[in-house]
Amino acid sequence: MKDIKVLGSGCKTCQLTADLLKSEAEKLGVPVTVEKITDYAVIAGYGIAATPGVVVDGKVVHAGGLPKAADVDGWLRA
Amino acid sequence: MSACCTEEARPAVSGCNEATPGVACGCGNAEPVPIVASPVRPLIATTLGAIVWVAVYPWLETLAEWIVAQLPIDRQSHLGDALAFVLYDLPKVMMLLVAIVFATGFLRSYFSVENTRRLLAGKREGIGNVAAATLGVATPFCSCSAVPLFLGFVSAGVPLGVTFSFLIAAPMVNEVALGLLFALVGWQVALTYLAFGLTIAILSGLILGQLRLEGWLQPWVRDVRMGVAVLPGRRLTLSDRLEAGWSSVREIVAKVWLWVALGIGVGALIHGYAPTELLVAIMGKDAWWSVPAAVVIGIPMYAGASTILPIIEALIAKGAALGTVLAFMMAVIALSLPEMIILKKVLTVKLIAVFVGIVGLGILAVGYLFNLLFA
Repeated sequence: MKDIKVLGSGCKTCQLTADLLKSEAEKLGVPVTVEKITDYAVIAGYGIAATPGVVVDGKVVHAGGLPKAADVDGWLRA
Repeated sequence: MSACCTEEARPAVSGCNEATPGVACGCGNAEPVPIVASPVRPLIATTLGAIVWVAVYPWLETLAEWIVAQLPIDRQSHLGDALAFVLYDLPKVMMLLVAIVFATGFLRSYFSVENTRRLLAGKREGIGNVAAATLGVATPFCSCSAVPLFLGFVSAGVPLGVTFSFLIAAPMVNEVALGLLFALVGWQVALTYLAFGLTIAILSGLILGQLRLEGWLQPWVRDVRMGVAVLPGRRLTLSDRLEAGWSSVREIVAKVWLWVALGIGVGALIHGYAPTELLVAIMGKDAWWSVPAAVVIGIPMYAGASTILPIIEALIAKGAALGTVLAFMMAVIALSLPEMIILKKVLTVKLIAVFVGIVGLGILAVGYLFNLLFA
């Protein structure tokens, strides 16, 4: 089970990012939990300065903008 | 930066666009980009696109005039004038927008917020303000990222004034506005706009830094402990960067074309119907009060540069003073209510008021200077 966190204010791109992660995980058959983090102090704690950010199993893998589907597949397969 | 994807409901217009755009602007509602099948594809598409662009662009005016000539309308009438403006400007502005957004998306793939923060951390005030203002123009960033960016900069040791220089320059010198001014009004005006925009960002940041307003941040901001993230580095190929340009085009043009059309519609009405004497009386350079009025009206408004530029073009053609309309444009795109609402999470209202006041005064000064220079 991969633990995924989407860091962001709840803006549209953050929502799209969460949706993309869920749909790619389903496609690959990887079980995941996707949690959205909107508290700015907590987001800052991850050390990113651009949102949305993506954290997979405690590791920041992406910051700023909608990730590419190919990259998402890479994180999920790792 | 652009005021995009705020969580609050957006008044009026916007797009992440312009501003900030890009793939990189984290605010698109673009669909996930499909995996590119071949690395050569973006290269071929870009080359073909450039050839078509260059071949078509010079013929737009001829084509527009020809279409109007086919219609049973007097070319010299108000309607004929307005129609000719729409038929020429709509394709022209859309083509320019595509070219500008593509170039910006491509160039911005060389910059990122994380790298900019690293470059600015530990910079002294002065040189730091200059670097921040310049990077503010180049770094992809949108207002949905304004708060994390602010926290990230301040906690990484970037001085408050330097952070402000970045936050002011990002929307103030808007690449779409710059490109459209260059093409629609002239390179002298575009260059002067760039120089003045950077100057306002640098000076405002310096002044805000000197005021030592750290105590006016929201209290929780000072206690934030910033983590350190090491993002997996990925080497982008030329083809990746071209693809980034194309995806900005898809994302932004899909979002703003309607607003561009709206701006051109208003521009056409001004072009065809607005009485020149009245406009000159209100917005001409002899009306000294029009610059402050333009700034005050423009601050709470927000519209993308691609909406406002066709209106600016029509106003200038009708005899409005350049400084007055540019001050209006800068106030509209650089300062906006939605952005202030977002910043309220990290800045106290007092600090926001000082920020708006200083930037507003800068725009005012630029308006008068422009009117003097381009009289």
